[in-house]
Amino acid sequence: MKVGVVVFPGSNCDRDMQHVLSDVFKLKTEMLWHEEGIPKNLDAIILPGGFSYGDRLRAGVIAAHSPAISGIKKMAEKGMPILGVCNGFQILVEAGLLPGALLKNTSLSFMCKWTEIIVKNNKTPFTNKLKINQRIPIPIANGEGRYYADKETLRTLKKNKQIVFTYCQEINGSSLNIAGICNKEGNVVGMMPHPERAAEPVINPIDSKPASMIFQSLLKSLGVAQ
Amino acid sequence: MSLTKQEYTTLEKKIGRTPNKLELQIVAAEWSEHCSYKSSKKHLRILPREGARVISGKGYDSGVLDVGDGYVVTIHIESHNHPSAVEPYGGAATGVGGVIRDILSMGTRPIAILDGLRFGDIEKDSHARWLFKNAVKGIADYGNCLGIPTVGGEIEFDKCFTNYALVDVAAIGFGRKERLIKNKVDKDDFVILIGGATGRDGIGGSQFASDTLKSENRSAVQIPDPFIEKLVIEAILEARNQNCIKAMKDLGGGGLSCAISETADALSVGIELDVARVHKREPGMSPSEIMVSESQERMLLITDRQKLSVLKKICEKFRVPYSVIGKVKDDKMMQVKVETNTIANLACNIVANAPLLDREVSEPEYIKKMKKVKKPNTPRNLSKILLKMLENPNIASKIWAYGQYDHEVGIRTVIKPGQDASVLRLDNGKFLSVKIDGNSKHCYINPRDGAVGCFEEACRNVVCTGATPIGMVDHLQFGNPEDPEIFWTFRQSLEGLTEFAKYFEIPCVGGKVSFYNETNNGPIKPTPLIGVLGLIEKNSPFVQKVANGDLLFIIGKTKDELGGSEYYEYIHHIVGGVCPVVDLKISKTNMQVVLEIIKEGWANCAHDCSKGGLAIGICEICINYETGCMVTMDKIQQEKLRSDETLFSESHSRYLLAVSPKNVKKVVDLLDARNVLYGIAGKFIGLRIIFKKNAKTVADLRVDKAREKWLNSVGQLVKHG
Repeated sequence: MKVGVVVFPGSNCDRDMQHVLSDVFKLKTEMLWHEEGIPKNLDAIILPGGFSYGDRLRAGVIAAHSPAISGIKKMAEKGMPILGVCNGFQILVEAGLLPGALLKNTSLSFMCKWTEIIVKNNKTPFTNKLKINQRIPIPIANGEGRYYADKETLRTLKKNKQIVFTYCQEINGSSLNIAGICNKEGNVVGMMPHPERAAEPVINPIDSKPASMIFQSLLKSLGVAQ
Repeated sequence: MSLTKQEYTTLEKKIGRTPNKLELQIVAAEWSEHCSYKSSKKHLRILPREGARVISGKGYDSGVLDVGDGYVVTIHIESHNHPSAVEPYGGAATGVGGVIRDILSMGTRPIAILDGLRFGDIEKDSHARWLFKNAVKGIADYGNCLGIPTVGGEIEFDKCFTNYALVDVAAIGFGRKERLIKNKVDKDDFVILIGGATGRDGIGGSQFASDTLKSENRSAVQIPDPFIEKLVIEAILEARNQNCIKAMKDLGGGGLSCAISETADALSVGIELDVARVHKREPGMSPSEIMVSESQERMLLITDRQKLSVLKKICEKFRVPYSVIGKVKDDKMMQVKVETNTIANLACNIVANAPLLDREVSEPEYIKKMKKVKKPNTPRNLSKILLKMLENPNIASKIWAYGQYDHEVGIRTVIKPGQDASVLRLDNGKFLSVKIDGNSKHCYINPRDGAVGCFEEACRNVVCTGATPIGMVDHLQFGNPEDPEIFWTFRQSLEGLTEFAKYFEIPCVGGKVSFYNETNNGPIKPTPLIGVLGLIEKNSPFVQKVANGDLLFIIGKTKDELGGSEYYEYIHHIVGGVCPVVDLKISKTNMQVVLEIIKEGWANCAHDCSKGGLAIGICEICINYETGCMVTMDKIQQEKLRSDETLFSESHSRYLLAVSPKNVKKVVDLLDARNVLYGIAGKFIGLRIIFKKNAKTVADLRVDKAREKWLNSVGQLVKHG
């Protein structure tokens, strides 16, 4: 079993993600430079957070045209579990793998704070060990984290159970307080909060268990654990 | 912008001829106060620099401390005051960028940023608010993009900084000892400039910083580009992993001229470079503009023929521009060429070593008047005063600022900003505690004891996380050193810091001096800033909490030392009085005993007592842990003091501990055995903070109300411009 972590120029949570995957959850991890092709022997792909291309033009938009994306799209179609965190979520949205857009926070500032998100869909490869309405203490750190979609899209998201996480309270102006969504098939998940920053007790001031379940879910969907 | 007559004569004598225009510019940049430390260098030698953990090497731009198991921590501190006062966003951002590259130049990965910011009175002065907001945004945009967490710092407001800004940035690096750059080069090695293109920004920046700020010289301010810096960091660390770097230096003040001359001088070699090969942002730049441009995000690397192609490949992978600009020679000369024409040829040791100065000192007149200041009357309603103190921007929470900094990235931040010191986990299972502290108000009244106090305060903060101080960096910021009175304050501060460092055996592993910090209204108050690193050797950090019923221990004596206190200055608008003085022996005893109590696990919470005194320290604990406290002021160890003085005196060497009843005896026994002055002065209980004296209530505040004021005051001030 192998998880690929895609590294774009300006990614900066790539090594954090690698640490959590390989040191904490003992998953074999491979760092994938965005210009190299996506290897065939992967079982899951994670797009980490950061400032790909310095957030120029719009967060994630340049990376969405990176050579790695076509490979990721193919894997997505095949149903491979794909997770985008923060900038990774922005890239998935810009690449058209997830609907909607991520806009500037209503505070117009970068926000780094701990919050709680609520699980709304526990059928995805990243949430299957969590309970519906379970709360996850987790930090956000973004300037463009306000999820936006038009009414029609929001209706579809609700209908298809594509809303995966919501914030427990209004935090940045996101439509329906959305913190994370998935595609219709459920294998591609994007979320603004950082699970890799919350999955170890030593850095999580509240409770690291719920966030660690996001990774445990991945282990389960890869058949590595129950 | 140039050499003095005397310096010019010295230069002529040393090189044995008349320097040409370019040579003059190169020397002027390097001999500026900013690059050469010509006023301070002689005096800085008194600081202790040796220690069991200290690793020193030639050409090192950062301090290196051995943290065991084959790992090192690096630290450096810099300021970017003049640029930030003119263009706060770019000035502060490039301040971050510069210090990060010093960490990188050691071959270590930058893992944390701390910043010390100082502005005028943000309550009354909209320009000060503008400077503050934009400096914070500059730091946030730069550090966040790099993915280096800004984990702590401090912010002070004082009228002396009106129309000015102090922006100090400290950076911490971490890496394997064996990967430290060796800085050993050979003849014919290649000199490579990598990173951002050289442009016309920041020309004459170091001279600009070595003069008083006369005009809004925006062209001397550099333009930030964190994205290219991020690419430079990753490219260099990959090059380090592939052993492609024999020597490295960051380009900072004085640009190429300083980087070349200092590197060659430190490594005892010569360097020949061709300015035509430098990759430039704009056409038509003259050789002198190229030599002194302070364009950001540039590094100078030296590698050999064998590794050059590997290095080029790495740069190409990250799309980091580079140019092979020269070669190492063995003649110890710095030879600048345009293609084949030599346009400057100077001995590196002459360029890199400005003639040092003997500045005069004289005790300022104002200092003598300070002690004679009359005490204010006791205000009638101390509850109201306490609430006002919590709103004071110097005391209130700085969450508005650090909430904009990504302080989690890197997943090392165990103790987040807003507490005493920040704590980072290291790869060897140990923890690093870091804090910077300054206090211009104390240092103005008493430059020596004020500076010692800042040092002790940073140590106290680190100790409160359960860490043992292992090293310090200082940043000494003063006005014009040509003024004997200012130079006296510099010498006093330095001597105080030296004495403290020697007594505690805390080596100084780096530092900076910044002079010419002058505003329209005169010099800034003396502002030494001290950064302290502490190490927690245990496998788990000190997780703090306060339980209902825990007892409040106040360690140390509260004295009649309100000079420079927030209470005098903010509430009574009094500048003067007696500033707190550290008694070295007591300081050490208290520090050691607190550390021991924490290590034994007998304290639930430990907090340093500083700005705003006991009253604020206790409120901060209550706000943080959402608990009330009943304080019996009669139990506090103190001189004969009025209630307001007990509450707000800023005496040093004091600590607040929350101890659960079951550990009280152990703590008491230890404190008694060490002859420490302490009082069990309260109990954490309920939802109110109540101070009583002779069974009468002196001040009474609801915790939620206190929290609301303390938490939101700064944000509300800056919200509306």
